[in-house]
Amino acid sequence: MQDQARLAELRQKFGREPAAPTEPRPGERTPREAQPRFRGLESGHRACQGCGEALAARLVMESAGPDVMVANATGCLEVFTTPWPQSAWRVPWIHSLFENSAAVASGMEAAMKAKGKNTKVLAFGGDGGTYDIGFQALSGMLERYHNILYVCYDNEAYMNTGIQRSSSTPHAATTTTSPAGKERMGKRHLKKDLLSIIAAHHIPYAASASVAYPQDLQRKVRYAMGIDGPTFLVVHSPCPLGWRHASALTIEVARKAVECGLFPLVELERGAVTNIMPIRQVRPVTDYLKLQGRFAHLTRDGDPRAQEERDHLQALADYNIQVFGLAGDGDDPADTAGVTTVGRGGPLAGRAS
Amino acid sequence: MRDALEGSQAIARAVSLCKPDVVAAYPITPQTHIVENLSKLVAEGDLHTEFVSVESEFSAASVVLGAAAAGARAYTATASQGVLLMAEVLFNIAGMRIPLVMTVANRAVSAPLSIWNDHGDSMAVRDSGWIQLHAADNQEAVDTTIQAFRITQETELPVMVCMDGFILTHTMEVIDLPDQATVDAFLPPFEFARKLDPQDPKSLGTLVDPGFFAEVRHSHHAAMAKALSVIADTDSAWESATGRACGGLLTVEGDKDAAVGIVAMGSTTGTLRAGMAHHPDAGPARLIKLRSFRPFPAQALIEATDGLDHLIVIDRAISPGLGGILGTEIAAALADVPNAPKIHNHALGLGGRDIPETIYADLMAAVTDPDAPLVFDADMAKLAPEDR
Repeated sequence: MQDQARLAELRQKFGREPAAPTEPRPGERTPREAQPRFRGLESGHRACQGCGEALAARLVMESAGPDVMVANATGCLEVFTTPWPQSAWRVPWIHSLFENSAAVASGMEAAMKAKGKNTKVLAFGGDGGTYDIGFQALSGMLERYHNILYVCYDNEAYMNTGIQRSSSTPHAATTTTSPAGKERMGKRHLKKDLLSIIAAHHIPYAASASVAYPQDLQRKVRYAMGIDGPTFLVVHSPCPLGWRHASALTIEVARKAVECGLFPLVELERGAVTNIMPIRQVRPVTDYLKLQGRFAHLTRDGDPRAQEERDHLQALADYNIQVFGLAGDGDDPADTAGVTTVGRGGPLAGRAS
Repeated sequence: MRDALEGSQAIARAVSLCKPDVVAAYPITPQTHIVENLSKLVAEGDLHTEFVSVESEFSAASVVLGAAAAGARAYTATASQGVLLMAEVLFNIAGMRIPLVMTVANRAVSAPLSIWNDHGDSMAVRDSGWIQLHAADNQEAVDTTIQAFRITQETELPVMVCMDGFILTHTMEVIDLPDQATVDAFLPPFEFARKLDPQDPKSLGTLVDPGFFAEVRHSHHAAMAKALSVIADTDSAWESATGRACGGLLTVEGDKDAAVGIVAMGSTTGTLRAGMAHHPDAGPARLIKLRSFRPFPAQALIEATDGLDHLIVIDRAISPGLGGILGTEIAAALADVPNAPKIHNHALGLGGRDIPETIYADLMAAVTDPDAPLVFDADMAKLAPEDR
């Protein structure tokens, strides 16, 4: 009853009265097909089934719109979208090198300024190209205050070269260069807290997002697009091949990463946290770990080292929940997994704390 | 207008006359005065450009790449370690056939650390696919810089204008700077056919499989061959516009009937010219000033060396384990020439070692010395016996 009352309250406030789904008549376009949606990244590219990065890039491009140009770092996204002479991009797009997408974008933005054009420049990189090898160029771009939205598609390892560890790989995850064995339990080091480093640049806007929450992701892109200055978005993008989960589980895995606190969804303005997505039902990290082969060594029974690492990861998640105040107020009828995710991270999210 | 200008200042003024849309640079000795002067022109409102002060040479090269790809006339300058830090981007710029201009204030490459001149830096990226033009004096550096902007547009090949660090960059001499109208008439507005444009979206820098890579490299090589005539024609056009030429691909001076020839690049040619004038006892020589190192003008060199018995080739860099780079390339170019001159290849002036005028007489004398060392001006007495 309480739930029904809350729903009624929400419907009145936001005016969302769900209409009964109707089947389209023959020859009629479905609402989805009829939706005027800009597709910057077309289908038909060569990403793996269930690729989180491909989904994230499509969502980003939809919200960024047609008057953009993209500088793309070397990586899966570059390779699977542009095997010459094919290209899946419907916007001007350039790939130069692994570590310079932020700098190439800086030049493109300078050119737009010199020519008096308003075309927004986007820079894309994976976690390798952002957390590691392209880190310096990114810092320079933010410091020089270029009008660029930088999007990092974070799949937590060098997937394009065959799943090698990066500074974004979570603690204890196995990769081909951080395997588990008699002497090792996967990656020995922590995932780099990139967002804090970005925050230290005091740029207008920085945020984390997840492919499991597309509306939230797109809202963040639209918000960043409206800012004349450097903005940064890191999108948690599962890689079924590298994380070793079924390709149908991409969204579920991404969602569990948020729900357990290991990948907090936060927004920062000028370096200060201004919004978070609350977790209504905080899950134990094991719910997230057990879906993925990269953590299989942590879910072995009777291995004290596995228990120790699980505790370690739980402590990291607990820390995130504490510092960002992520713990919500329990079950929410408008926010149940498997139903619509509309409202997450929107005005509703801000009311939770 | 004739004015007493430091080399770097003159280059900054020349670049400014070409109205670049975007300039990106990172400071490194001896390039600094160029970017300082450009910054000053921007600060005073004399140059309207997006000046991007980047955090490394790697980003300087990346910024001008992005700017040119987006349809802007772009310029950068560097030297030495900066060239090497840029190396990956330089190959990428050339491979993508992005038109832009860069000044290299030639300086030795560490280790040992040296801020002084030699050609080790630009030689290290000789295979990057850039056009490399060497200026023998500051007037040539100014004129070549302006020509470079036209050459890069016409060829879609990036152009590196090499000038000897300190020897040229920090030397004040009288420079005749062309007026704006002359440069405007000489240099068409910047257009890049493949530019990034939301009205006509293209994908640049895509992945190419083995089925097409070889063709890309071939076309790049072919474009370099075609650039030979563009470089020569552009210099002729400049001569028509200003009355001054830089010597096209190469120039031949001195005694054209001499049995000995000397090939050099950059400011060394001026030293040799003076040495020849002041040391007539050493005998006459045909002096060949090579301006275009890439593309390599093999045919022009064959013609320029015709009839010589001996050819002294001056390198200002060495390839350890091989020897002189220019010397090796000229030997290859003359390999099939009947009665080709005997080549005497020497490296001089490494790491800023002063090249005195007297070197001319020493080089001429060494033609008959089969044991003359490759590093011609190295003092063996300074080395331990096992290092000699």
